[in-house]
Amino acid sequence: MYILIGGGGQVGFYLTKGLLDQGHEVLLLERDARRAERLKDELGSAVIRGDACEARVLQKAGCERADLVIAVTGDDEDNLVLCQVAKQRFNVHMTIARVNNPRNDAIFKQLGIDVTVSPTRNILNLIEWQIPHHTLVPLITLNRAGLNLVEVTVPPDSEANGRTIHALNLPRSVNIALVTRGEENITPSGDTLLQGEDHLFALTTTDGEQAMRALILGESDAEQ
Amino acid sequence: MKIIILGCGRVGATLANMLSKSNHEVVIIDQNGEAFDRLGDDFNGQTIIGDGTDEDILKRAGIETADAFAAVTNGDNRNIMSAQIVKHIFNVSNVVCRIYDPIRQETYNRLGLKSISPTTVGAKLMMKEIVDPDANGRSAIGSLATGASASTAPATAAAAPAASATAASATPVAPRR
Repeated sequence: MYILIGGGGQVGFYLTKGLLDQGHEVLLLERDARRAERLKDELGSAVIRGDACEARVLQKAGCERADLVIAVTGDDEDNLVLCQVAKQRFNVHMTIARVNNPRNDAIFKQLGIDVTVSPTRNILNLIEWQIPHHTLVPLITLNRAGLNLVEVTVPPDSEANGRTIHALNLPRSVNIALVTRGEENITPSGDTLLQGEDHLFALTTTDGEQAMRALILGESDAEQ
Repeated sequence: MKIIILGCGRVGATLANMLSKSNHEVVIIDQNGEAFDRLGDDFNGQTIIGDGTDEDILKRAGIETADAFAAVTNGDNRNIMSAQIVKHIFNVSNVVCRIYDPIRQETYNRLGLKSISPTTVGAKLMMKEIVDPDANGRSAIGSLATGASASTAPATAAAAPAASATAASATPVAPRR
């Protein structure tokens, strides 16, 4: 693939190295002259000095033949504009933007960015995952499918404790793919009897998530 | 009208003062509190310190009931991002932003964003002055700068239509009230 990366900070640097190692054709764009020079020392011709948000620079970098543009500068607005210009002006098929403020995640998607990566959001999710709270934790978003992979731990006082999956009457949009109980992995069916502290992994839509919160965690609409 | 302005630099402050004097309800946002020193003593709008790309700040400024929004920070990308948030998330229809880079402006024009490029406008006015100055010595730039209109100053009547024609051809300009 031909990949353009905007932003020569730590993330951009290691991303370029990693992708070059994988055999892709990569060009890293860095605006600051001194930083660009240092990057060139390490990465050679894979680095161009220029502002990736400027159409002229993207043109010089061959943006119209890029398969993928990744924006990893430290500023959300720069990442947004880079991806939008790449898509709108150069018809790049796929754009990935780093999002620093988790609030901008949804906004970016609404403004046409294909994939967003929010380090803050990821760490927040990891923390929720590590601490045994009884909450619903989103793990991965599958954009194309419009689904989230989520994890829920069944609280001991849950309605779900002692009931089969079938009896829970979850909507069809909830697909419980795996139940782990202690060390045990269970491939669930409708007859699987749930217990407190079971970890459920489900592929679901946003509506399905709400149903899971209500039926398994007992969260009312107000709490969600 | 209720107007929210993002950026209290020279343009933002001037715009805020002008709108306030015309009795519009103005709220102006800037990340730096000292920027509000540029506002006139008779500015009777509201000031808010904060990041105009942050939904909470925009809500606090009253974006949900705003009639218009102008993004005039000194960063093109910040202006572009906030303008899109206001347009697409808060559904304000009258949104204008300043985009210095003419190429970026063209891209966002195609995406339906109204913008003004001082780069393009300035260059065109300069060019008019250099290549085709007014025979009476009145400058197109002069009449725009003083805000003189064709109706009030007969001597600048010849220059004023030229100035407005140039400005109109530069970019889609927000309609004056």
